[in-house]
Amino acid sequence: MNAIDHHWQRFTLKQKLSRYAVYLVLVMAFVQSIQSVEVIPEFLLDAPEQMADMFSRMWPMDFAYYPVTVHDAMIETLNIATLGTLITLIFAIPLALMNASNIVSSTWCHWISKFFLVSSRSVNSLVWALLFVSIFGPGVIAGVLAIAFRSIGFVGKLLGEALEEVNMGSIEALKATGASWLSILLKGYWPQVLPAFFSIVLFRWDINVRESAVLGLVGAGGIGVVLDDSMNLFQWDRVAVSLLAIFIIVILAEILVVNVRKRLI
Amino acid sequence: MAGVNSTRLGANKDRENPFKHNWLVSSLWLLVVCYIVYSFNAMDLSLGRISDGLGHASDLLARMVPPNFSRWSLLLSGLIESLEIAVISSICGIFISLFLGLFAARNLMPSWISTPVRALIALCRTFHPVIIAILFVKSVGFGALAGILTLVVASIGFIAKLFAEAIEEISLKQVEAIRATGAGFTSIILFSVMPQVFARFIGFSTYQLDSNLRNSTMVGIVGAGGLGGTLFSAFQRFDYDFVAAILIVIIALIMFGEFLSNIVRHIFR
Repeated sequence: MNAIDHHWQRFTLKQKLSRYAVYLVLVMAFVQSIQSVEVIPEFLLDAPEQMADMFSRMWPMDFAYYPVTVHDAMIETLNIATLGTLITLIFAIPLALMNASNIVSSTWCHWISKFFLVSSRSVNSLVWALLFVSIFGPGVIAGVLAIAFRSIGFVGKLLGEALEEVNMGSIEALKATGASWLSILLKGYWPQVLPAFFSIVLFRWDINVRESAVLGLVGAGGIGVVLDDSMNLFQWDRVAVSLLAIFIIVILAEILVVNVRKRLI
Repeated sequence: MAGVNSTRLGANKDRENPFKHNWLVSSLWLLVVCYIVYSFNAMDLSLGRISDGLGHASDLLARMVPPNFSRWSLLLSGLIESLEIAVISSICGIFISLFLGLFAARNLMPSWISTPVRALIALCRTFHPVIIAILFVKSVGFGALAGILTLVVASIGFIAKLFAEAIEEISLKQVEAIRATGAGFTSIILFSVMPQVFARFIGFSTYQLDSNLRNSTMVGIVGAGGLGGTLFSAFQRFDYDFVAAILIVIIALIMFGEFLSNIVRHIFR
């Protein structure tokens, strides 16, 4: 009779060891960072008092400030987000086509498009904004381009993945009729990725509304400029109005996107 | 043959053109074009300014080109501070969101616990990290602590939300089976809920680790410590060759982080 090993284990020894190694590295990195990071304890003890001070200065909000500056800046912020998202498409669609292995088969093209997509995502939108502010000077145009360049990586990557999941049957049928590559793209791929395309673009627009609200801190236009000005002047009641406006716009954008996506899918 | 052909032709006439013109879609595209024209006017964008800027861009790139690593010690100290901020905030954030995610799951908790926790998570998600960083810089002063607190808040907003959603999708059969053995609440969580969601939790956590690494190089712009402060001051002093060096280091750091998180994801699959 063969003896049955009743001792059941969920993971093999190698799996266990590698998991423990990850935990160990995490704990070591954490301890090392805690010990060497420069934190001034007095500042931490002081924090609740400073918080209370900030909120007490914010409280009677300066609502009269809203129609003066905040409203126009908010419209500008929305325009930056929307126009930035539209401009992204000019760059992201070709890169997505290059990145999809069922459309372009050359590995060189994949590497080139990957390089652009990854570098667009690695650089933060504020850093893009800094770059464009030093090129175009402070203003809306730097904000629009920062949003556009930051979004290329996101839209391009997700759209490329959606293109790779397309059902090849209809593509083959179109090819068999002798359709040109443009008609194959427009009548074969495009209808199939349409829902994914709109949900990606809407999702990115929602993120861009949040991001465009802070671009003004480095001078790239929108509500951030107003926020930065009132902070530099320590007018916390005006800061509170701007923050409230951002909060409401972000919530509204999210509700809009969720509802439109429900209709689309 | 002729008869067959003619019936086919007749069928083709009755059949709808599969690629027929869709007026709704065309009018939507027209609307987009109108919006672009409107927004260019509303924001005073003109082609003259753009072409002007392109001249500056080539100038800027020329000044960036040999990246200047001569102040590497400044770069290194900023880099280390960014790494420390990312590590501490990710671990604290992951730990806190583990609990908040459990409390926010509506299938495990009564609504009087889950609703306030969900509201807290939503609040953490609404504001961009930079705005939270500004508030923390005001309350705890300049330096790494403000950055850490900011990214903890950002991590909670992301991981706790997705973790709660993952818990809400689990199969309740296993929970019932463990409960039938007379297990207590902690054992139910540990042996029936966690095995079902742990892999996804690791996925969210590694993603957030990546994103904290990116953001830790950015919160410095408003004074919350890390490489962002170095970058911002280099921009303000027009040291574009140093800026190029910092950007190269940031991109290398983020690629390295993606590589590491791929390994971790592979181990926990």
